[in-house]
Amino acid sequence: MSDANENNGFIRRFLDMPNDSVVKTVTVAVALCLVASMVVSAAAVSLRPVQEANKLRDKQTNVLEVAGVYDPNVPVAEAFESMEPHVLDLATGEFTDEFDIKTFDQLATSNDPAIVRALDEDPAGLGGHMQAFRMIYILRADDGSIDKVILPIEGYGLWSTLYGFIALEENGNDIYGLQFYQHGETPGLGAEVDNPRWKALWNGKKLRDEDGTLQITVAKSAPAAGRDYYIDALAGATLTSRGVDNLVRFWMGEDGYGPFLERLKAGEI
Amino acid sequence: MAHTRKSQLVDPLIDNNPITLQVLGICSALAVTSSLKVALVMAIAVTLVTAFSSMFISMLRNQIPGSIRIIVQMVIIASLVILVDQVLKAYAYEISKTLSVFVGLIITNCIVMGRAEAFAMSNPPVASFIDGIGNGMGYGLILMTVGVIRELFGSGSLFGITLLETVNNGGWYVPNGLLLLPPSAFFVIGLLIWAIRTWKPKQVEEREYKIQSVEAH
Repeated sequence: MSDANENNGFIRRFLDMPNDSVVKTVTVAVALCLVASMVVSAAAVSLRPVQEANKLRDKQTNVLEVAGVYDPNVPVAEAFESMEPHVLDLATGEFTDEFDIKTFDQLATSNDPAIVRALDEDPAGLGGHMQAFRMIYILRADDGSIDKVILPIEGYGLWSTLYGFIALEENGNDIYGLQFYQHGETPGLGAEVDNPRWKALWNGKKLRDEDGTLQITVAKSAPAAGRDYYIDALAGATLTSRGVDNLVRFWMGEDGYGPFLERLKAGEI
Repeated sequence: MAHTRKSQLVDPLIDNNPITLQVLGICSALAVTSSLKVALVMAIAVTLVTAFSSMFISMLRNQIPGSIRIIVQMVIIASLVILVDQVLKAYAYEISKTLSVFVGLIITNCIVMGRAEAFAMSNPPVASFIDGIGNGMGYGLILMTVGVIRELFGSGSLFGITLLETVNNGGWYVPNGLLLLPPSAFFVIGLLIWAIRTWKPKQVEEREYKIQSVEAH
């Protein structure tokens, strides 16, 4: 009781101090900052698990959507169990078990010099370097054979880096779908990369011709190679379309998933 | 006190609207009004932040040293904004993705600071809280009005529900692309201000200068 009174007296005396005295100014500032930082960090720490779960679910939803197996009535985590994750060494096109799938986090590893590769040419606008390892997903048919592979892709558009996935059929050449889950392109113009009608254009296109030359292109008019390799560019979004063209060609090329796609085609996966 | 509780809530809607009369908070009004859902969440977030920051600042008002009062206000406002941001990320992930940086920018929303400095520093907590709610609703009202116009004519939908089938999706409506871009909100807000001041001429500011009439020689 006496303690409380003493405390009370101390607080009283503090409150009675002139507001602009140095002691009071400093004390108010420190006390306020302490309280505010405690409130903020408590919120951040206690909400983090829910936020992480949200992020993961969003990514998984996108993987399922691009593979065409997303069903809003099935919980995402459950549906995602059909996806078989692998960490891929881009240079060799082989899977590696150097990393734990559960802790392999694309963004967290993005600056580790041990696994980052410098790029001489950087058509996708990745900032001059890229990760040497990527997490990819394989969707298997009922008989255990590969049905689709889902590969993460990214690159610079007009304003922002577009992050997305491309889904390829088991031959590593036919496109099943393409979808971006994060970008900051102009609403109504570049952001039409999210338009279902435009995304549907990708279905059934081919990456390479019979000679193995990469022909896929996003352009205003069909190239000489033919319509099988051509996606009509977005009207009014020349630079975003060019960005998508560059990033798809980059990731499907030698510096990207090229070696992996070779092996997939040869049936070595 | 001259203000009644009711007038505190109702006045900022039209008569003393923070956007159309005081012309505060324009930046975020441009950024988040291209879709109604986002505008609604932003309006709720700003209302909560304004109300609670005004309340806390008002509770502390007799103890805040004058020399650091703006910093104290900012710390309180910023903490609340981070709180809102974290909660949105946890429970409204899709919307927080769209709002992205604009939640953080509530900190610099002039309405929040304005109410803290102009009202909460010299009024009791409950009155300040209600004042914050009122001003937040005034902000929200304009946001929603602009949002309805921009979303309906810019993407042919309201709250994401398609009302006018756009050409891109095989319909007949050619959307007005300008309305999806931030500058269009300037035009819409400008027209709103014009309309309100025509309806309530009292709001028209007096000229700061007088045009001299020169007599012809």
